[in-house]
Amino acid sequence: MLIKKMALYSKKVMDHFLSPRNMGKIENPDGVGEVGNPVCGDLMKLFIKVKKEKGKEIISEIKFQTLGCGSAIATSSMITELAKGKTLDEALKITRNDVAKSLDGLPPEKMHCSNLAADALGEAIRDYKNKK
Amino acid sequence: MKKTLVYLDYAATTPVDKRVLKKMLPLFSVNFGNASSLHHFGEVAKEAVNNSRKTIADSLGILPEEVVFTSGATESNNLALKGIFKGLSALPKYKNKKLHFIVSAIEHPCVLDSAKNLMADFPNMVEVTFLLPNKEGIVEPKTVTDAIRPNTVLVSLMYVNNEIGTIQPIKEVGQLLLPIKKKRRPTDLPLYFHSDATQAFSYFDCNLDNLGLDLLTFSAHKIYGPKGVGALAVKKGVIIAPVQHGGGHEWKKRSGTLNVSGIVGFGEAVGLAKKERKSNVKKITAQRKYLSQKIEKEIEGAVLNGSPVDRSPNNLNYSFPGIEGESLVLLLSQAGIGVSTGSACSSETLKASHVQLAIGNDHLRAHSSIRFTLGKYLTKKDLDYVAKELKSAVNRLRAISREIKV
Repeated sequence: MLIKKMALYSKKVMDHFLSPRNMGKIENPDGVGEVGNPVCGDLMKLFIKVKKEKGKEIISEIKFQTLGCGSAIATSSMITELAKGKTLDEALKITRNDVAKSLDGLPPEKMHCSNLAADALGEAIRDYKNKK
Repeated sequence: MKKTLVYLDYAATTPVDKRVLKKMLPLFSVNFGNASSLHHFGEVAKEAVNNSRKTIADSLGILPEEVVFTSGATESNNLALKGIFKGLSALPKYKNKKLHFIVSAIEHPCVLDSAKNLMADFPNMVEVTFLLPNKEGIVEPKTVTDAIRPNTVLVSLMYVNNEIGTIQPIKEVGQLLLPIKKKRRPTDLPLYFHSDATQAFSYFDCNLDNLGLDLLTFSAHKIYGPKGVGALAVKKGVIIAPVQHGGGHEWKKRSGTLNVSGIVGFGEAVGLAKKERKSNVKKITAQRKYLSQKIEKEIEGAVLNGSPVDRSPNNLNYSFPGIEGESLVLLLSQAGIGVSTGSACSSETLKASHVQLAIGNDHLRAHSSIRFTLGKYLTKKDLDYVAKELKSAVNRLRAISREIKV
């Protein structure tokens, strides 16, 4: 069905969509998480670098790449902001609602994008732990 | 500094032509009567309606009483399918007969959903065959005739597809159906041919007899007329019952106070469309070719959806690998440009365009599709601006997705 109605995006969502943070890739990542499926139309990839600081493993660097709608790009950008500098345990606790709230809310039909972002982060951390 | 605005979504709606608006204005507060009233005020309104009705009837090669005014193409399409079902199933001689409808898989949702709704509400009385188009987006005539059964009562095939602009072989199908129709005896079910010509009227002849049609749908707001008014052309003899009751207007086919100002606007828009058809086809086809050349030159990987040849003068539909449609629509909107997309992300159902999928495109291609539809107010400068902004927006989104390999 062709676009009949544009999802109403908050100023914050539009800001992250138009000026995404931490967009790009990491050359030698410590962990990579790739999620999404072509049927829904959103694909996300998160790259992380993990450093030990004061005995805890923290996400020292994080970058994203996304093939997706305005929400998908905005949530990817937001989750990198939320996860950067956090410990792995803290990062794993970030939920779709945290992402949506930080963006001042998402339209209900777009909430699955925030879930995708949280999943991608989980995958990246899982990948890091497997590689260790 | 004034923001540049370029509207490239003429298939969604069109601006009302100044001349149309001028003709409509007196009907709001001066000649405001109800066209059904017996007094002078009603007579004035009725005359205005009759003039429009005549103009519209003439443009379709039919009689004025074969024009049924509705609130738009959606209502007209609903009336065509549901009205024929109701009309035929109510006749004693067709009692216990299952009614078969043939509908293309690329019809507008109002046709598809009307058919599905009939199937759901009357599972023992309605059968529907959905015809797939070929890869070019054309429903081949043989596909239609192969699907005809003794109990087929309606074939509904749109004239021009609204998403990919492909022109369907209405005349050929009309000709092939004629002998089949003639063979049906009075005791058999009738066979009717309907076409949704909403996207076709600006560019193509819509004479029902030339096309072999029994019913035709079109509306005003796609042809530089106002929103909220359309028509269903119904040839004399077609058995159709009303869907909307209460007053018996439009020869009992569609009750409700006539939208006089809208109908006057509709008539004026039709007159202008017929007059300007040739020149619009020439100008807009040239503009479409110009824009498509620019897009294909500037954007790597751009691929056209639907036949490049059997295509409406005003439609371009491209998939751009590596980007998603909604985000491209948003970026272009920021630049003052209006287009639309077949991406799932932008639809209310989160389903990719059924047309893209029907022509065999996979989800990725459907999601990266953008529809550009041109109209009579565009200039070369507009198109140059769009090509420039499109290139920049696609590159920007591709930078965000570069590492995503699909």
